[in-house]
Amino acid sequence: MRSHWRILVVDDETVMCESMAAWLREDGYTVDTAESGAGALELARVNRYAMCFIDLKMPGGMDGIETMMEIRRIQPEAVVIIITAYATVDTAIAAIKEGALEYIVKPCNPEEISILVQRTIKVKNLQRENEILRKKLTRKYQYHDIVTKNARLQDILNLARDIADLRSTVLIRGESGTGKELIARAIHFSGSRAKAPFVAVSCAALAETLLESELFGYEKGAFTGANAQAKGKFELADGGTIFLDEIGDISPKLQADLLRVLQERRFFRVGGTQEIRVDARVIAATNKDLAELVQTGAFREDLYYRLNVIEIRLPPLRERREDIPLLAAHFADRLNHELGRQVEGVSDDAMRVLMDHNWPGNVRELENAIERALVTCRTTELAPGDFAFLGQARNSHSWTIPPGASLEDMEKQAIKVTLERTGGNIKDSAAVLGIDRSTLYEKIKRYEIPRP
Amino acid sequence: MPVGAVEDIWLEAAAKCASETLGLIPARGGRLATPAECRDPKRDQYLATCVLEKLLTVGRERNLRVLGITEVDLYIPILTFLFGQAQLSGRLALVSLARLRPEFYGFSPDRELTALRLRKEVIHELGHTLGLVHCSDRTCAMCLSNSIVQVDAKNDAYCAGCGEMARAHLRKAYSGGKA
Repeated sequence: MRSHWRILVVDDETVMCESMAAWLREDGYTVDTAESGAGALELARVNRYAMCFIDLKMPGGMDGIETMMEIRRIQPEAVVIIITAYATVDTAIAAIKEGALEYIVKPCNPEEISILVQRTIKVKNLQRENEILRKKLTRKYQYHDIVTKNARLQDILNLARDIADLRSTVLIRGESGTGKELIARAIHFSGSRAKAPFVAVSCAALAETLLESELFGYEKGAFTGANAQAKGKFELADGGTIFLDEIGDISPKLQADLLRVLQERRFFRVGGTQEIRVDARVIAATNKDLAELVQTGAFREDLYYRLNVIEIRLPPLRERREDIPLLAAHFADRLNHELGRQVEGVSDDAMRVLMDHNWPGNVRELENAIERALVTCRTTELAPGDFAFLGQARNSHSWTIPPGASLEDMEKQAIKVTLERTGGNIKDSAAVLGIDRSTLYEKIKRYEIPRP
Repeated sequence: MPVGAVEDIWLEAAAKCASETLGLIPARGGRLATPAECRDPKRDQYLATCVLEKLLTVGRERNLRVLGITEVDLYIPILTFLFGQAQLSGRLALVSLARLRPEFYGFSPDRELTALRLRKEVIHELGHTLGLVHCSDRTCAMCLSNSIVQVDAKNDAYCAGCGEMARAHLRKAYSGGKA
């Protein structure tokens, strides 16, 4: 079975390198070879290796043990096997002491190496799965979980790093699916508040009164059904961070309440008389233009300035297209593990489809697209056909005006599409188009539109 | 192609199996002398990658695949021995009879058993040239065998999955694309 793990073979003898690499490739691994310690380090800086086979004796510069120590400095998780033609107890002890998993004497029984590789890869697979599951469970994302080579996003990450330890309120703006919560979690989990809770609230999901009791908690008897006292999200986030998603959607009453909490760091539970103090950092997020909402009066100006102490604006995916190949590879790798698939990656043609797509749903849409493609993919590589659904979605939702189109052309097109949608019903079509039935009949005749 | 002296029955067995399993049209292409420079005198074995390279120089371009059959025992530096070797997604494959014979393990000679083992290894190595990697199905010819016991455990045929992949690669090869 094809494996996505890479193996490195380091030996000064070309024959040894190439023959071993060929043998491992037959097992489905991707194998790189290096003929010196320096060459091995160069490769280790670029690629992540599950296993490294290193010859003990190499002329000039670094020997096997030195090479191993340097590789383990770059990739502490890499498993190193030291190979030698002349076994001595001293070198064996030195190799194991410095972190080699095994010390093998060549030539080796094929079965011995096979078992060694299988055992190591099995552990690697379990470790990888554990890492993914743990991350999913705790969602303790860090900056290195954000995949990007976009200069603007990297600047944003640097800013986020700088402000992680501050208590200042942060406002994250960006379209849906750009990773606002991911950034908020990264700020929280890399700062001094990491050990305290990160509490996320979606302000759009709840009605006004529910959101109020959700945020501030309530006293027993505050309203029907309040059978016991309950703590709100602000209290639960004490010492940590509260993430208020879709802040642009909250009511004027809650805006006022929130402003007080931000100013005084104190509030009352719903139905409560005792003031509660909290030390929670507020990170708010929105996909709306708050400044515009302030202009129209839908959002309080004073709250806007309270929230907008540090502003982070996340670029949509279409403005960081260079990240699409990185993200696609990242999701394919992770989802392969999660879904138990062995798909090797995205073909060049399919990548062109991904690069051309507009991604209105941003990174989340890309992740879902890769997942859907992986599930339906029948070959070893994701092909353009696996992403056919992207085109369909786009065609059904967007209008294009061909060059040279006249107003009449557009009118004809609008009538044709409307008739198709109503199943040829003249009364409904006329209502949708906002014209008389007789006018519609006349236009159908004039444009010679076939009735569906 | 025989590498060194190889009895005709083994060449015929290999050719028949290549045509029956993969539909390849076998052609006998002369004889390659056992290449002395590939021999390690201390190990008294032949370096598989070196012998494979020799096949490259004699295997004519018009052949889709070149399969060498030899009596000599093969090795690569890291391993004590090999049953055979192939270029993954390449043109060349090589199978050694040395360790397929029961007499190597102290049993009495058995031509039928040797022929069966040869068929398994021929299908296995040709599979590699078609881009197939080892299969986890222990009965599939593409399963890795490190010992004669494992060779005996598998069939002289691909499992459904590997068979389908092999045919797909072959179609590509015949149509001129790279298999």
